[in-house]
Amino acid sequence: MGRILLVCRLAVRDLRRRRVEAALLLLAIMAATTTLTLGLVLRDAAGDPYQSTREATSGPDVVAGAGRAAGLSGLEELAGAPGVAGHSRPYPVAPATLQTSGRTSDVQAVGRDAAPAPIDQPKVVQGGWVRDGGVVVEAAFADALGVRAGDQVTLDGRRFEVTGVAVTAAMPPYPGSSCVVATGCVNGVVPDGRTLPEEMLRNPGLVWLTQADVRSLAPDPGSLSYVMNLKLTDPGQAQAFADANQGGALFVQSWQGILEDATELARDSQILLLIGAWLLGLLAVASLSVLVGSRMADQTRRVGLLKAVGGTPGLVAAVLLAEYVLVALVAAAAGLAVGTLAAPSLTESSAGLVGGAGTPPMTVSTAGLVTAVALGVAVVATVVPAVRAARSSTVDALADAPRPPRRVGWLIAVSARLPVPLLLASRVAARRPRRVVLGVVSIAVTVSGIYVLLVLNAFLGSQPLTGGYDDAQVEVLRHVLLVWTVILLSLAAVNAVVITWATVLDNRHSSALARALGATPREVSAALAAAQVLPALAGAALGVFPGGFALFAAINAITGGDSDRVTLPSLWQLLAVVLATVLVVAALTSVPAHLGARRPVTETL
Amino acid sequence: MSDTAGTPLLRARGLRKEYGKGEGRVRAVDEVDLDVGAGETVAIMGPSGCGKSTLLHLLGGLDRPSRGEVSLNGRRIDDIGEKALARLRRTAVGFVFQSFHLMEELTAVENVELSALLAGRSPRAARRRAEELLEQVGLAGRARFLPSALSGGQRQRVAVARALSNEPLVVLADEPTGNLDSAATLDVLRLFEGLHEAGQTLVIVTHDVRIAATADRMISMRDGVLVDETRLTGGTTGRLGALAGLGD
Repeated sequence: MGRILLVCRLAVRDLRRRRVEAALLLLAIMAATTTLTLGLVLRDAAGDPYQSTREATSGPDVVAGAGRAAGLSGLEELAGAPGVAGHSRPYPVAPATLQTSGRTSDVQAVGRDAAPAPIDQPKVVQGGWVRDGGVVVEAAFADALGVRAGDQVTLDGRRFEVTGVAVTAAMPPYPGSSCVVATGCVNGVVPDGRTLPEEMLRNPGLVWLTQADVRSLAPDPGSLSYVMNLKLTDPGQAQAFADANQGGALFVQSWQGILEDATELARDSQILLLIGAWLLGLLAVASLSVLVGSRMADQTRRVGLLKAVGGTPGLVAAVLLAEYVLVALVAAAAGLAVGTLAAPSLTESSAGLVGGAGTPPMTVSTAGLVTAVALGVAVVATVVPAVRAARSSTVDALADAPRPPRRVGWLIAVSARLPVPLLLASRVAARRPRRVVLGVVSIAVTVSGIYVLLVLNAFLGSQPLTGGYDDAQVEVLRHVLLVWTVILLSLAAVNAVVITWATVLDNRHSSALARALGATPREVSAALAAAQVLPALAGAALGVFPGGFALFAAINAITGGDSDRVTLPSLWQLLAVVLATVLVVAALTSVPAHLGARRPVTETL
Repeated sequence: MSDTAGTPLLRARGLRKEYGKGEGRVRAVDEVDLDVGAGETVAIMGPSGCGKSTLLHLLGGLDRPSRGEVSLNGRRIDDIGEKALARLRRTAVGFVFQSFHLMEELTAVENVELSALLAGRSPRAARRRAEELLEQVGLAGRARFLPSALSGGQRQRVAVARALSNEPLVVLADEPTGNLDSAATLDVLRLFEGLHEAGQTLVIVTHDVRIAATADRMISMRDGVLVDETRLTGGTTGRLGALAGLGD
């Protein structure tokens, strides 16, 4: 017990003594845990409103549709099938064209009774329910069109008043609506060179009219389609029921299928966030490794003292690890809190469902996974320097002997032919190859992320309806990408500065010596900055290829996306990214490099 | 202390260096006047903390004085910019430090050629000069050794070779034998004797009377002030010379 107390006390005291570094560590891990939390809670957050909608509208377990009147008998048979507990009668559906304030859209018009239905009674969120001459518009569709109760619209040229706006659980919200008309529908972008039948509906919305109005829209009664809502004795068997009865003239969809379609946006956002979280986790490991490495160098004497008074290597390693574990735990808690609170802004599950996402519930598995990742990041970054410090000689540690730099003979020989700043820069870089690798990885991860952001941003800008996204949903995805970008770039910037500062500190002596031998402060600061810029150039190039290509391919494979539809960044864009990265890194590193090179030579020597 | 015939190579007038502020202000070097002639060897002695090293840093342009003037070869160096100072250290001054200050990852020959490379010499010329110097200091066989594989005396000889790399006007040595045992001290002593005989201008801060005895003049320093001077070739003019048994 005493030993645990000692370990905790030493860890806390050291963290308090180095508050800025502790804060940087906290931020680095928190960036990863926040993004991971966002990704994990998103699914639940989007699923909840659908369940609420299902409850509020007596949502069906299965929706069955039949094209043409001829299919009605099939629906009647289905209503009597084993396992069916009840149904709301087949309602007529007609395709139509809706126009309002200069905007035109295809719609599926469902004829409903004015009286409430026992199964799937859409919940009116604005205005009232259907009446003759009045149309009720599905909420997400109304949102996309910008129509409200009281507005005037036309359906196939006939004027209707929007009597209300409603939500339903019998169909995914616009623009992911399922197709219940015999003419067929297509959601998303029509591939180039492919011609579709004239009568096929494109990205149709859903509206409800009275049955009489729907019948009047149809050129002949035989052209109507029908839709029926079913309740099963066991709602959990809805998918099996749908699979068993699919085919022929019938279209059957379970509530699970509708949920899947309704939460597609959340799923895509979640995938983006989870990939972002892993990228940020990698950056956090790079950031932590550098911070921990430079802190360990400062702690050499402390390690020696601990060992001199009887601390075992195990105890020393435990003290060093405990600091970072404590920071990781705080970062996990903070990331969970911030991620949970920020999630609603990314989970606008569309206006087509009841209620906002609100604050999503925190599950034990989410909390556990986020905490495990935070601890993993801390341990991966800390364990090597901690074990190395624990194994070091007590006498050397007490003498505060720095870890000897690496010698890379060929690089020293080659650098002799370079101008002074590059000569010094390549030797600075060669002294700590692991730090150079971390710098390259950090920039490569960041540039890979930027590559994907460029592709996705261009995709969302040019083809908003691809994948069934409407403008509002595109905005949500853009929010997700913005969160990615801000956190990714912030962490990369912190990394660049931290790595440079660690390099400056590590090279205090050799920089001072170079100046004593005649190098100018400008040459030394240029060398310290160039020692970061050269790896940044390599990292940026690797980040574009293969990093960006591979990451985008991975996202495509996971989401089932079609990479043919996207426009990959042009060569000049990629060159601009590489150049901009190098310039930003140069700018970021110039300040610590300049400060390091200005340190009086006599103080250091 | 200005006892040099003709124009001095190195000249300091009213040199002062202060650290701290208000009550805590410390005057490390206080109104020092010093002339060092070309080819002369001057030893500066004094107790620890008397300002010897600070004076050396001021003379070599490693540090800037709070007041006073320093000239090298007739040119003021206390009021020139960092870049010009760097150029000066690169071409006209060679430093030898007590702790050697060799780059641990560079071999002996790479350490020696570093100054020449910084001065913009071609790699081939820098290497040739470095090898010559190592031969001169008796380390030709150790040219490819890392500092960690060399003894203290050998490391200091590498440092001396590095200081000579760009044929400086003056070599400033700060306690060059402070970290060495007797045998190694003797090696370095011989080296400085050789440099002295070759006409190299040397200013050596030292505690070691044997090193100081190789000088033309021995100056004593206390509390930042030059208090005594002993002209070893012409007889002592002060107490220290008498105490060291070097007086007339």
